[in-house]
Amino acid sequence: MAVHTANAPAAETAVKKESKLASLARFREMGLLAFIILLAVGVQIRNPSFLTVENVVDMATNTAILSILAVGMMLVLVTRGIDLSIGATLALSGMLVAQIVSANSSFSPLLAVLTGIGIGIICGLVIGGLVSWIGVLPIIATLAMMNIYRGFTYMVSDGKWISSYQMPESFVGIATSSVFGINTLILIALFIYASAYYFISHTRTGRQIYAVGSNPESAKITGISEKKILMLVYTLMGGLSGLCGVLWVSKFASAQGDTASGYELSVIAACILGGVSIAGGSGKLGGVILGAVLIGILNNALPLMNVSPFWQKGIEGTIILVAVLLNVAVKRGVERNHLLRRRI
Amino acid sequence: MAQKSIQPYVQRTLSAERPFSIKQFFFQWEWLLAAILLGVIALNTSLSPYFLNVNSLRDATMVFLDKAFIVFPMAFIMIMRDIDISVGSTVALSSVVMATVYNSLGASMEMAVVICLIVGALCGLINGLLIVKFKELSAVIITLATMILYRGIAYIILEDQASGNFPEWFGFFGWGYVYGIPFILILFIIAALLFGLLLHKTTFGRHIYAIGHNDIASKFSGVNVDRTKVIVFTLAGLMAAVTAIFLASRMGSTRPNIANMYELDVIAMAALGGISTAGGKGRLIGTVIAIFIVGYLQYGLGLINIPSQTLLIVVGALLLFAVIVPKLNLSRLKK
Repeated sequence: MAVHTANAPAAETAVKKESKLASLARFREMGLLAFIILLAVGVQIRNPSFLTVENVVDMATNTAILSILAVGMMLVLVTRGIDLSIGATLALSGMLVAQIVSANSSFSPLLAVLTGIGIGIICGLVIGGLVSWIGVLPIIATLAMMNIYRGFTYMVSDGKWISSYQMPESFVGIATSSVFGINTLILIALFIYASAYYFISHTRTGRQIYAVGSNPESAKITGISEKKILMLVYTLMGGLSGLCGVLWVSKFASAQGDTASGYELSVIAACILGGVSIAGGSGKLGGVILGAVLIGILNNALPLMNVSPFWQKGIEGTIILVAVLLNVAVKRGVERNHLLRRRI
Repeated sequence: MAQKSIQPYVQRTLSAERPFSIKQFFFQWEWLLAAILLGVIALNTSLSPYFLNVNSLRDATMVFLDKAFIVFPMAFIMIMRDIDISVGSTVALSSVVMATVYNSLGASMEMAVVICLIVGALCGLINGLLIVKFKELSAVIITLATMILYRGIAYIILEDQASGNFPEWFGFFGWGYVYGIPFILILFIIAALLFGLLLHKTTFGRHIYAIGHNDIASKFSGVNVDRTKVIVFTLAGLMAAVTAIFLASRMGSTRPNIANMYELDVIAMAALGGISTAGGKGRLIGTVIAIFIVGYLQYGLGLINIPSQTLLIVVGALLLFAVIVPKLNLSRLKK
């Protein structure tokens, strides 16, 4: 009897056709890539200056910071968390480092980058502590710390901007110089991808992050310390935000109180487009980078196609909503097909 | 042995009223909030001689109460263990539509106000329907997407322009008095009473708590979870439109970038008011006190020329305080 009732829903769904959408799931990243290529071809037809070397390099440098942050955000999302404070952390680290280098121009660029990362790590440690040791919900903890870090940024800057003429050449060079003909920002981003790939796929700790995200209870029983993992991902996120703060200030040659305000939403959007599940446990590096590239292309291509800048937000919102809903539809199709297979 | 340990639990759930305990009565979050409010007022009074004055205390409410209307439905949403971060964008979109309908399409202002309310409710309805139809997605993701989308539509409509030129009577919403009391304060009190009654005295309110504790169990107990959620999210959109009307009236015009980050202030006020972000807990009276704490703090800091950005730190710290303190005290209070 019990067996019969358990089979009933399966038999019911078996009447339905096999979902065609499900085949998309296997090629999620490919689908995203195909969409990006289609978009690029479309834009290229409308405006031939889109796929010039100059514009592509420009686009890559503009996307580098977004994609670095997206890599960190992916790890946070994988553990079922969210970090809304990264824009504020970025601004705080950028502002503090800009003040240091404008006060003594002999400050070495490498030291500036390390200082930025250090500030970011401290910011991340505070959030990690709140989330893992005290057990505050990530969205609330990062919301509160976002306010606090943003307030600190305004306080230390006293409402003033630090502009390019106050920064030494060497500091601005961090993001604008090039090595072997390739912009340093792109090189830094590639380095981050490579180390993230190694960390996620080939180290024990990297796999533990996914274990905690997909099933915290089992992870705990397996002997993984959830607290340490949470601490780690928020600290990593903070460190990456700190790094990006220095890169941002160096790239745009200006540090302001409202630097990168609301940027966290673009980063989260890139992750969602890249197929990271907000429910935790799943997310691929390749997808996230493609998601960031897609947002970068949109930001670059819409002005080239003479689309009014005021349409940009609306288009971005529509694409995110459609991508997220399509993702769910695909997943439902996959599950339906699994039920079909079970009947045989 | 097992029988013994179950006994007190059974008795407590069976008895209709819990015995009154003075200790329990005073160990409530709302008393702590009231103490903080008194502290804020005392601090402000000592810092500025202009603060403690019935007129200034009364008139300050005109400035900070506009976003308070969203706090009530946000409290409902948080009790249901959801969140809505699109309310700020809903405020912007509904006020922009109102101004455009009045200025460009030549509708009367009364008509425009009604359309504003409809747009707000529609935004909320869309959120609610998407959340109910796509249960795999958390409310954070859906309202994040609609947050970008709604503000995007506002930008498409008005680009970077401001739109105003409202008729003179429209200013009454933001600046009007009825028998010497600000109109917004009267409406706020009515809204607080209505939402309080809805949450604490009706079946609908009990359903909201039930969903927050365990939505699956509620569903099997006959609570229409989907309908309740859609109604509450629509209410949030509607109250965002009310905020839009007061904000546009007070400022005399509207732009697509108004009410930026309002959602964060609103969530902070609700959390400070003792609404548990883990769902199922909290009372509306706490949020009312929290609204006045944040509002008077803001007003007082403004009086002594502390930049409004510093308030960010204070609100953030208060929010952390609000979520950390119950966690620390819980074990001691339970004894």
